[in-house]
Amino acid sequence: MSHPSFRAAIRSLHACAALALFIVASFVAPATFAAGASSASSVDVDITKFAFAPQEITIAPGTRITWTNRDEAPHTVTSNDRSFTSKGLDTGDKFEHTFAAEGDFTYICTLHPFMAGVVHVREQ
Amino acid sequence: MNISDPGHNPARRRALSCLAAWTGAAIVWTVAGGVPRALGATNAGTPKAAAKHALTFVQISDTHIGFRKEANPDVVGSLRRAIADINALPQAPAFVVHTGDVSHLSRPEEFAQARDLLREIHVDRVHTIPGEHDTIDEGVNGYLNFFDHDGNGNSWYSFDQGGVHFIALNNVLNFKMGKLAALGDEQIAWMKSDLARVSHSTPIVVLAHIPLWTIWEPWGWGTADSAQALALLRPFGSVTVLNGHIHQVLQKVEGNVALHTAMSLAYPLPTPGQEGVGEPGPVKVPAGELGKLLGTRQITVARGRRELALIDRPLAG
Repeated sequence: MSHPSFRAAIRSLHACAALALFIVASFVAPATFAAGASSASSVDVDITKFAFAPQEITIAPGTRITWTNRDEAPHTVTSNDRSFTSKGLDTGDKFEHTFAAEGDFTYICTLHPFMAGVVHVREQ
Repeated sequence: MNISDPGHNPARRRALSCLAAWTGAAIVWTVAGGVPRALGATNAGTPKAAAKHALTFVQISDTHIGFRKEANPDVVGSLRRAIADINALPQAPAFVVHTGDVSHLSRPEEFAQARDLLREIHVDRVHTIPGEHDTIDEGVNGYLNFFDHDGNGNSWYSFDQGGVHFIALNNVLNFKMGKLAALGDEQIAWMKSDLARVSHSTPIVVLAHIPLWTIWEPWGWGTADSAQALALLRPFGSVTVLNGHIHQVLQKVEGNVALHTAMSLAYPLPTPGQEGVGEPGPVKVPAGELGKLLGTRQITVARGRRELALIDRPLAG
């Protein structure tokens, strides 16, 4: 669904982020990623008990989030502006999205629209 | 959640055994003058024969074809048991309605399997509506590839049979962030024009997946714009709303409008906001209990009478 040049931009951001992580990781001990803010290039969000956990997260541009459905019921990860959306995620299924630009991204599960989450992407 | 382990959360187990007792028997309901009255419990015995010239049809719901988890590893078997029950009814129903969540994950192979299974019912027609499990990846289009009753690519439609006007709705899309799903303005406008040609003395039966009244908002058990739909139905003398979604029998009466939710044919869900249960996920029950919590509903419309007779019949009783 993404535009090819957009994907290319994401790929180059991935490469930059990977390089940056390599440099940082060479000097810094592995960090534990707290829910509030994270400078890691990859973070996990669980979908559990009909909620996103953490429900609110702050990340740096270029960070990839991996959502994993831990429920027996299927869920989706669908942004309010439709800039990203998963397929229906069955138990154990994952969805990844890399956030290139700064901004606030609200998202829901389309099966259960009362399930809402937000990703804040901020230069840190 | 799992209650098969006796050492696990006894409070929850007690609550669930209450749930089992509560829906464990078929109750014969009659809705007279807008007030429902239980005529007595039956246990999957021979149903009472419907009056002559009465329109009889069957409601099934929430088959979730494709679901394979512990709460019910054999949803196809459950549907087949229900089909056998329907095919064995002494008076064949005019048709069957399926109030949504035909599939579990909106996958084409699930829709295809469900369509083939529903063809095993000995009726001329099975009317379906979509549930939110049927509209996951590509809106309602994947569902419509298999169940386009309208023929015009709409998931809502109406039909007349036996002097009754039936309205089939889609209330699983049109949601706003953090809110209940809705019918949406386009469908409400269609409903208004559809009802404009129906006399107020005609009995109306409305099919919608999610309840058309708010049962438990934190779990999405309600329809954001149901008040608009119910306002359109208010002038009619006899209105019956048949819902699914919550996998249990509940009812409410508002004036001439009687609303009923139905059992699922896949797995039970907790009671609304059930204490100790944080979310509306599949409920696991001990072997032998499941069949008491799944079932079908027979509905009879007697000409000239406002009340519809409803029999909720579990698969095993």
